[in-house]
Formats: sequence, structure tokens, C-alpha cells
Amino acid sequence: MGDLQIRVQEADFDPGALLGDFHQLAARSGAGAVVTFTGLVRDLPGGGLHAMEIEHYPGMTEKALTAIAEEAAGRWDLGPVLILHRYGLMRPEEPIMMVATASAHRAAAFAAADFLMDYLKSRAPFWKKETTEAGESWVAAKAEDEAALDRWRQG
Amino acid sequence: MQSLQIVYFAWLRERIGLPRETWETKAETPAELVAELAAREDRYALAFSDLSAVRVALDQELADFDAPLAGVREVAFFPPMTGG
Repeated sequence: MGDLQIRVQEADFDPGALLGDFHQLAARSGAGAVVTFTGLVRDLPGGGLHAMEIEHYPGMTEKALTAIAEEAAGRWDLGPVLILHRYGLMRPEEPIMMVATASAHRAAAFAAADFLMDYLKSRAPFWKKETTEAGESWVAAKAEDEAALDRWRQG
Repeated sequence: MQSLQIVYFAWLRERIGLPRETWETKAETPAELVAELAAREDRYALAFSDLSAVRVALDQELADFDAPLAGVREVAFFPPMTGG
């Protein structure tokens, strides 16, 4: 498998710059396709989100993300894989995380990125808390996020 | 007896009021450990009142509530994850 980059950081990042570097890495690895996903802090319907805070489990976070990326690399023929996820305090419109996959052809790159996101949502130890005028509240996990894992389990 | 580091995250940490503690236990599974902790004080009982909303990791790997605790050093309790 290609280069595996796992980054867990508090600092803001520039998705464009990150993607530029990833494209170069992918091209050098012989990839013909790159797929990326970027998660952004979005305001609540009707507005009013002051901040988003993400807590994580240092140590387990890196292990879980590495395990998920290795699982993807075992299922598809991939070039480099990047997973970056922030923690700490974020403002609306800031990027939260990014996943990038590269492969010879687009089908594997799309599928692997989709798989990484599904697993990351329910298996990587991150918790979101939203701050609004009314105070703070933890974001509840969605049943459909857990259910999304089922489609990768057959066979 | 076994000495465990117990760590809590998100609203479990807030309800219990601390991020980590050392605990001497005879519990053989996370389920038995939860029962022990819930019997200590109301704040633990409240935090663990609905186990369908709690996940457990043993030495930083997700596990079931009936997994063996033998040899484990760190037990983490937290709500379902919401990254991405």
C-alpha cells in the first residue's frame, strides 16, 4: 500500500494546500485518480452557532484512524491515503477534517474515501459539542451513521 | 484485585466530574466494573444509567461490555462517537 498519512491536530488547515501536496504525492505513486472529502463546521439551521468544540481520545484516535486506513488499503488497491482530523475549538466555516485517497482508477478511490468516512464517523473517538446563545450541547450520534457500516460488512 | 486507569470522555466526563482516575477492582468485565462504579455515588449511577448510550474501550480498542478485563490497564467510557 502507498503512503499513509494520519494527522490529528488542533490547528486550522488549508484544504487547498493540503490537496496540492497530496496530488503531487499521488501522481508520483502512479495514481490516476484522487478523491477527497472535506468536512466543514456548518451553522445550525436558522443560524446561531457560536463555536464547535471537538474532544478526542489521544492515543486511541491515532490508532483507530490508522486501523481504518489499513482496513481500506486491504480492500482496495490504493496509493497514498490521507486522514486529517482537528480537535479543540472551531468556528463556523472552518474545516474540521479531510480525507484523501488515490488509486489507479476512480472506482477504488471513491469507494475507499466513502468507506473511510463511514468508519471514521462511528469508530474514531471524536465527540462534537456545539455552543449557541442557549449554551453548550453534545451532538448526538445518528443511528444512520452506525447503520452505514452494514453495507461494508457483507461477504 | 486489579488496578485500572479509568478514563471518561464527553458528557460522561462532565457528569462524573473528572477525566481519569485509578480504581482497584475485582470486576472481570466492563459490565461488572460499571455496576461497581454506579454503586459508588449518584453521579456515576446517573452517567451509567443507560448503557445503550455508552461505549467502552479496553487499552484503546473498542470492546464489548462482557469482554475480559484480565491484563487490561486502561478502560475508557464514552458516548457514541460523532467525528467527521
